[in-house]
Amino acid sequence: MAILVIAEHDNKQLKPGVTNTITAAVAMGGDITVLIAGHQCADAAKAAAAVAGVAKVLLCDADHYAGAGAENLAALVLGIADKYSHIVAPATSFGKNFMPRVAAALDVQQISEISAVEAPDTFVRPIYAGNVLATVQSKDKIKVVTVRATGFDPAGEGAAAPVENLAPVADAGLSTFKGRELSKSDRPELTAARIIVSGGRGMGSAENFKILEALADKLGAAVGASRAAVDSGFVPNDYQVGQTGKIVAPDLYIAVGISGAIQHLAGMKDSKVIVAINKDPEAPIFSVADYWLVEDLFKAVPELTAAL
Amino acid sequence: MKVLVTVKRVIDPYVKVRVKSDGSGVETANIKMTMNPFCEIAVEQAIRMKEAGVVSEIVVVSIGVQQCQETLRTAMAMGADRGILVETAGEVQPLAVAKVLKAIVDKESPKLVIMGKQAIDDDCNQSGQMLAALLGWPQSAFTSAIAVNGDAADVTREIDGGLEKLSIKLPAVVTADLRLNEPRYVTLPNIMKAKKKPLEVIKPEALGVDIAPRLVTLKVQEPPKRGSGVKVADVKELMAKLKTEAKVI
Repeated sequence: MAILVIAEHDNKQLKPGVTNTITAAVAMGGDITVLIAGHQCADAAKAAAAVAGVAKVLLCDADHYAGAGAENLAALVLGIADKYSHIVAPATSFGKNFMPRVAAALDVQQISEISAVEAPDTFVRPIYAGNVLATVQSKDKIKVVTVRATGFDPAGEGAAAPVENLAPVADAGLSTFKGRELSKSDRPELTAARIIVSGGRGMGSAENFKILEALADKLGAAVGASRAAVDSGFVPNDYQVGQTGKIVAPDLYIAVGISGAIQHLAGMKDSKVIVAINKDPEAPIFSVADYWLVEDLFKAVPELTAAL
Repeated sequence: MKVLVTVKRVIDPYVKVRVKSDGSGVETANIKMTMNPFCEIAVEQAIRMKEAGVVSEIVVVSIGVQQCQETLRTAMAMGADRGILVETAGEVQPLAVAKVLKAIVDKESPKLVIMGKQAIDDDCNQSGQMLAALLGWPQSAFTSAIAVNGDAADVTREIDGGLEKLSIKLPAVVTADLRLNEPRYVTLPNIMKAKKKPLEVIKPEALGVDIAPRLVTLKVQEPPKRGSGVKVADVKELMAKLKTEAKVI
């Protein structure tokens, strides 16, 4: 068996979640080849070659892979797909975008967002916003799988694997990349952070999020939010933790002024330690919290920041 | 231009889902069903584009049991012009959905297909991208803005860490993310009007599509419960617990 992992990267480094995806691939069993497609991305290929469990890295460098557009990326993967028993990518906005194109073109039913590998053809995946776990078996010849990073530990470093060049496939010309607007922050990314401080509707305003930011900066934490806080316009959409936002599992998750809607819990309930601060003693968030404090957040949060 | 929109009938997102006692699936008997929220956004988008004069006709398609006609009627009450139900009895997985939709697209020749980014029941997030692949069309998945510009569309997509802008050639498949729009409520007069709109029912065999599932569900279960937590009296106690018991700070 041979496994192809398509890695997400920023041309220099692997994105968070890629090494977890490699851990999932190791569990499927087989030689692992990592594909790095992009423009001027040799450093990312070097980073992939240093991950434990990787046997080979394929580097494909061309202008039209710069934006990781689904049409061109899928065509590139399809050109080499028949060499592999499994085609695997992280279930991030990167992997979710192009992998179904690969699966459909191969006439394969993709297995989305697996959280565990039971056997080379059998996987566990959350459905209904994580309220139910389904164990599914694929009858297809090639398994096309996306991996929920929080279900797997990141792979460590290993001996450097060889890097081979892969010829690009011609630009399909269907889609033109116009640019990205990424939110700039000195804090860690939500999906990579060891600690996350999240605010909900109870924060009351965008201005009030500053007290959370102060706490986060003391802890070296990322700042997240519930959908209610995003929809109220307190913070941008990419802060959102939940089924419709980011799925996170940090060592410590501090939920502040978050009631705990099902869709939010689905995004954070795999965190190792959960702390909830809410003045409503009936808040559903307390059902998943390891430690909960019934108190006004405007009193508790500054106190906590000062105590650190 | 003609737009095709798809709608899926799912368990209402505000209903607590229960696993059947034999672990074969989730309880659906006597449970409130509704239109998948992301499909609702897709329908709303098509209507707004029609109101703006960009779209001339909205055809709404659903795949599933006979009751999906209600979901189609809701879409028509919102403003879609006519409905097509591809009636099936069992589970239809995303690859089969994409194949059925391709057959419909081949018949209807829309210039744009708008779908929800994912269904909130199986959470697959595949059908739109798969349809685009089968048609050889460009795609815009997780779309938060779309502006048609002649034979192309300028789209904004939600990606991890921010937004991405693309220009895609038409025809194309677009899947709707949460912030594309806020769907309207249906009004009683429009519900009455929707009853008179045409609704065609066809079988997948008539389209020559094999919809047999490829994935076998071996079991479904509830996720492990978290251990019961501890209520702390104040910030001081919380700090002490985090330092000495949980050892996370």
